[in-house]
Amino acid sequence: MSRQITNILLVGVGGQGILLASEILSEAAMLAGFDVKKSEIHGMSQRGGSVVSHVRYGTEVFSPIVPEGEGDILFGFELMETCRSLPLIKPGGTVVANDLQISPPSVLMGQETYPADLVFRIQDHFPDFLLVDGQKVARDAGNVRAANTVLLGAVSRRLDIAEEFWMKALEKMVPAKAVDVNKKVFKVGRGL
Amino acid sequence: MREILSGNEAIARGAFEAGCRVACAYPGTPSTEILENITRYPEIDASWAPNEKVALEVSIGASFGGGRALCTMKHVGVNVAADPLFTLSYTGVNGGLVLVVADDPEMHSSQNEQDSRNYARFAKVPLLEPSDSQECKEFTRLAFEISEQYDTPVMLRSCTRVSHGKSIVELGERVTNLPQPMLTKNPAKLVMLPGNARVRHPLVEERMVRLAENGSTMAINRAELRDTSIGIITSGVSYQYVREVMPEASTLKLGMVHPLPHAMIREFAARVDRLYVVEELDPFIEDQVRAMGIAVTGKEIISLCGELTPGRLRTAFGLPQPIGLAPVKMPGRPPNMCPGCPHRGVFFALNQLKAYVTGDIGCYTLGFMPPLSAMDTCVCMGASIGMATGVTKVVSAEEKKKVVAVIGDSTFLHTGINGLMDMVYNNSPATVIILDNRITAMTGRQDNPASGFTLMNNSSHTIDFPMLCTALGVKHIRVINPLDLEETKRVIAEEMQRPETSVIITDKPCVLIKREDIFQKGPLYAVDVDICTGCRACLKIGCPAIEWRPAGDGSRKGRAFIDPQLCTGCDVCRQLCTFDAIGSTP
Repeated sequence: MSRQITNILLVGVGGQGILLASEILSEAAMLAGFDVKKSEIHGMSQRGGSVVSHVRYGTEVFSPIVPEGEGDILFGFELMETCRSLPLIKPGGTVVANDLQISPPSVLMGQETYPADLVFRIQDHFPDFLLVDGQKVARDAGNVRAANTVLLGAVSRRLDIAEEFWMKALEKMVPAKAVDVNKKVFKVGRGL
Repeated sequence: MREILSGNEAIARGAFEAGCRVACAYPGTPSTEILENITRYPEIDASWAPNEKVALEVSIGASFGGGRALCTMKHVGVNVAADPLFTLSYTGVNGGLVLVVADDPEMHSSQNEQDSRNYARFAKVPLLEPSDSQECKEFTRLAFEISEQYDTPVMLRSCTRVSHGKSIVELGERVTNLPQPMLTKNPAKLVMLPGNARVRHPLVEERMVRLAENGSTMAINRAELRDTSIGIITSGVSYQYVREVMPEASTLKLGMVHPLPHAMIREFAARVDRLYVVEELDPFIEDQVRAMGIAVTGKEIISLCGELTPGRLRTAFGLPQPIGLAPVKMPGRPPNMCPGCPHRGVFFALNQLKAYVTGDIGCYTLGFMPPLSAMDTCVCMGASIGMATGVTKVVSAEEKKKVVAVIGDSTFLHTGINGLMDMVYNNSPATVIILDNRITAMTGRQDNPASGFTLMNNSSHTIDFPMLCTALGVKHIRVINPLDLEETKRVIAEEMQRPETSVIITDKPCVLIKREDIFQKGPLYAVDVDICTGCRACLKIGCPAIEWRPAGDGSRKGRAFIDPQLCTGCDVCRQLCTFDAIGSTP
């Protein structure tokens, strides 16, 4: 039996809302009838460290983490973290990244510089690369705080999960008062 | 009904469905969320204990009283709870008792990666190991049944990838036909003095033999015969990696890892050409299979260190690896204390005073990292104080003055208090700093006996640290504001000089506490770029809200900038600026 599995990595900085995005993604996949597994590390990584969340869905999923070099989609919330995780993605994989830079401690203290060539580095290796100014798109669509949902919408267009399941997942996972704006922003992202 | 649950949520659900009455724990990654999720079920009395030993003892009492009880902890917590565990093995239970232990292979959030399965063998209790969330729920239910059927505590061993992994779970109903708990006297079984214990020990050995025999027919142990050229004995999350990487291989999936089902293992071994054991950390299964006289390969190809991954398993079996992009060196992003964290000023002072700091377990262990770089030891919960006493016993009179123990409020109450008792009793000259931030922060803000609230968010007594230290016999107790750098440094320096035990208590709360009226943001601070000389003094506290921005002309010149989104108004950076370039904004 061949197993059709979609492997998604969500990467960024602790506190950026990566866990919520990966929960919405997992919920939508389950509602669409897939088996789903998700894995990430809590604890130390929450204190502003790098965060990598793995989501896998398909007919039957075994490993809770994406096998190294088999990622189909890299969903980056921050540029340097996106670049750091490129080795996890398969050649020809898709990268959807937020155009946002968050300086790590060594850069804040002026000991190292934030790499300048990250976008080119991604482009050179992954032609299927979408760079989104999530904050700007979210602000234009009504709420700057919904930047992650813009990105999630952009990722959703590249996945075989129908829009109705995304809407149901948003209704379940997002706080009630923010559901409408998130749905709106999601659809904008889905058009990117 | 189906839901996506983490392993920890599923264990909580399993305890609920099993009719569990009492759940008790001390928080510890990756086990913490089990008790937090049990609070969803009002049928279960859930509480945080000051440490894992107390948590297990509360659970033992609940079991002896006739109720089903769950106790959860991280792997190193079992070291603390080992004393009651080993004798609980002799007494057995009344209501079922399940001890959940969450291991942390790879040490994502731990100081060691000890393999808890060894405790099951050492204490002679059965151990179940689930490999996904559905099994977490089912095995928890089953563990309660085995506990009562075989009159034994049962260990349920998870690991970071199972506890924090999420997968789909079919929910069930809570059992309702359990007997009503009531006091029943049975001293021959429950009073473990030598005469009684000598009677109990053979029963323990018989129980383990019966479990090993019956293990061969338990549904949670199953042989899956596919291609029989390779047969793999495995359990827990390792089973998932085996299925991922070698879907055609035959597997013997063990749900009960101790005691091992010998007959089943022999039969499986006889049916496959080449036998392997795939397990993380110690050769727990492998050694026992080999002792049965069966040829097996395991730790020759799989590391004793760290966690497994699909890629590492491929390497072990010489399978082709997908070629990803080679990693490129970039600035690292280690975890950091939060902006406004009250610990920062203390470590800044300790660094300036060139103290020898015996450290402890908590967020403040990050005080080890540059630029604060003010922690010299960290071993286990509560160890800072005993280590400080020990260091002062061997170094010169001048060096004794350098020794300072640093410990958080929750860690002090966990097992630090004994160290302070010893310090006073044996007249150690070291200084202890209790970083009282009113919460157990590192594991995600859990309440403790000094936070004023219980796990169920009911208000409760708040321990008075100065009064507690006074009762222990500490004569010199100072309470300081750690956000006042001058005061902090001065008081620590004075107490370091003192040739007697002294305790300094900091009194500012964790910035992450959401409860009203505990942490309050101050006014935002900003840098006046016309006054800033670019001297970098404010960078010495490593606050994530302060950024150095180069001038852009390639020189070393630049200016500091404070991120208004991150600043909590703690005022510490202002105190470091000798040019008055930092001030609060209206």
